[in-house]
Amino acid sequence: MSEMPGDLLYTAEHEWLRREEDGSVTIGITDHAQGALGDLVYVELPELEQDLKNGGEMAVVESVKAASDVYAPIAGTVVAVNEVLADDPEKINTDPYGDGWIVRIQPSGRIDEGALMSPDAYQQFVDELDE
Amino acid sequence: MDRGAADQVRLPPFIFAAERHELMGSSTPLFDKHIEAGARIVDFGGWNMPLHYGSQKQEHHAVRQNAGVFDVSHMTIVDLSGGRVREFLRYLLANDVAKLTEYGKALYTCMLNAEAGVIDDLLVYYISATQFRLIVNAATRDKDLAWIRDQGQAFGVTVDERADLAMVAVQGPNARDLAARCIAAQHRDSALALRPFHGMQAGDLFIARTGYTGEDGWEICLPGVAAPALWDNLLAAGVVPCGLGARDTLRLEAAMNLYGSDMDDVISPLEAGLEWTIAWEPDERDFIGRAALQALRDSGSRRRFVGLLLEDRGVLRNHQKVIVDGFGEGEITSGGYSPTIGKSIALARLPAGDYDHAQVVVRDKLLNVRIVSTPFVRNGQIRIDVEEKHDE
Repeated sequence: MSEMPGDLLYTAEHEWLRREEDGSVTIGITDHAQGALGDLVYVELPELEQDLKNGGEMAVVESVKAASDVYAPIAGTVVAVNEVLADDPEKINTDPYGDGWIVRIQPSGRIDEGALMSPDAYQQFVDELDE
Repeated sequence: MDRGAADQVRLPPFIFAAERHELMGSSTPLFDKHIEAGARIVDFGGWNMPLHYGSQKQEHHAVRQNAGVFDVSHMTIVDLSGGRVREFLRYLLANDVAKLTEYGKALYTCMLNAEAGVIDDLLVYYISATQFRLIVNAATRDKDLAWIRDQGQAFGVTVDERADLAMVAVQGPNARDLAARCIAAQHRDSALALRPFHGMQAGDLFIARTGYTGEDGWEICLPGVAAPALWDNLLAAGVVPCGLGARDTLRLEAAMNLYGSDMDDVISPLEAGLEWTIAWEPDERDFIGRAALQALRDSGSRRRFVGLLLEDRGVLRNHQKVIVDGFGEGEITSGGYSPTIGKSIALARLPAGDYDHAQVVVRDKLLNVRIVSTPFVRNGQIRIDVEEKHDE
């Protein structure tokens, strides 16, 4: 049901990761996640150059329904944040894999792909949740 | 840090878990209609109810600008009858049904316990000198019915729960005009002539000019079997289906209390902004909770119940701590994002005192709020001064 690009990696916490050519990684939340949250009304972003631990708090997304933490799926340094979300958090609803990206991180080490899901694996994971 | 807020759930496990169990509860006669309209169904007090049909914000705006319809069939309708029913309700309720003398007239009231805590808030309709209708909350159904039956025994009152009835709320500036097209022609003129807080029977329908959104509109009780056809007709007339999500943001903007959040069994109406619903006169009327309520009133140390506007970025949520420098601490009882204002607003119970600014603990930050008069929004208009700056 959810739209799901094939060139991304996914987490069990409904985040997506995209490796950029410069070695950084762009992170957002999935279409499934934005659908469950409902209309986004506020996004709290990390500071630039902030160091994040794997599993540490990275951002907070708040919808009409609830506030939810977004955890860093990899360790690294914040190299960019999506400032557009400050005034237009609904970008996450309308374009979760594009204009609704949240943070870009420069990883501090190798990315453990074994801890992440392929598009097919994530699709299956979501289908099981929907059952 | 103390995260404290019940609404501040960690997204993935909690929300998804709640939705996986969606079909465990009771369903209203309109359940299939909700699925047809693309609803996201959630559990609400044991009921499978629509949270939204795609966008809660769009539904909210539809009610402020045009017309929306809510399925509120989960609410409990109780018909009371008996020769002493009026006398009974004058004892049971903090507002005074003696104010009701015309057929169909409605009154908003609290039902208190002996300690002046609120058992529930409800609407009572006058049908005749020996018949009244109560509409009480869904989540409080069991304790309300037990209390009413228990207290009513001595008055010989017959308590008839109308589980056969469904209920829809059609709300918005165009709600009555659009809904009138969906009722039998012979009732249209009289239904459109209803004044606020008045109701009437129109064939199978009981139509009342009441609501929980701060907009004009009707609440309609009707046989459950007839509800899907009315729903279809309303949607065909251009009324937008709206879920419980929009219902909550609309009532918050209208500063209408939500039972269980803004008041409960241990909070009196005096500390929940509901003093206006207490009928102190006549002095000799003895109602349940009166003595405790008077003692609280005379003690003079009651907490304030106020509206808050968030001046910083962020979202206020239920149970967040409020700090009032020099006065103490309080708590947000209902908080959220106001789609009409575009900022976060809240209702809060705060320490007694004369002040107009406070701070709210949101995660690891202190955010500035200003105390504003309520309602925040009424009849499509923002009623507060949004732009006044915080004095540094």
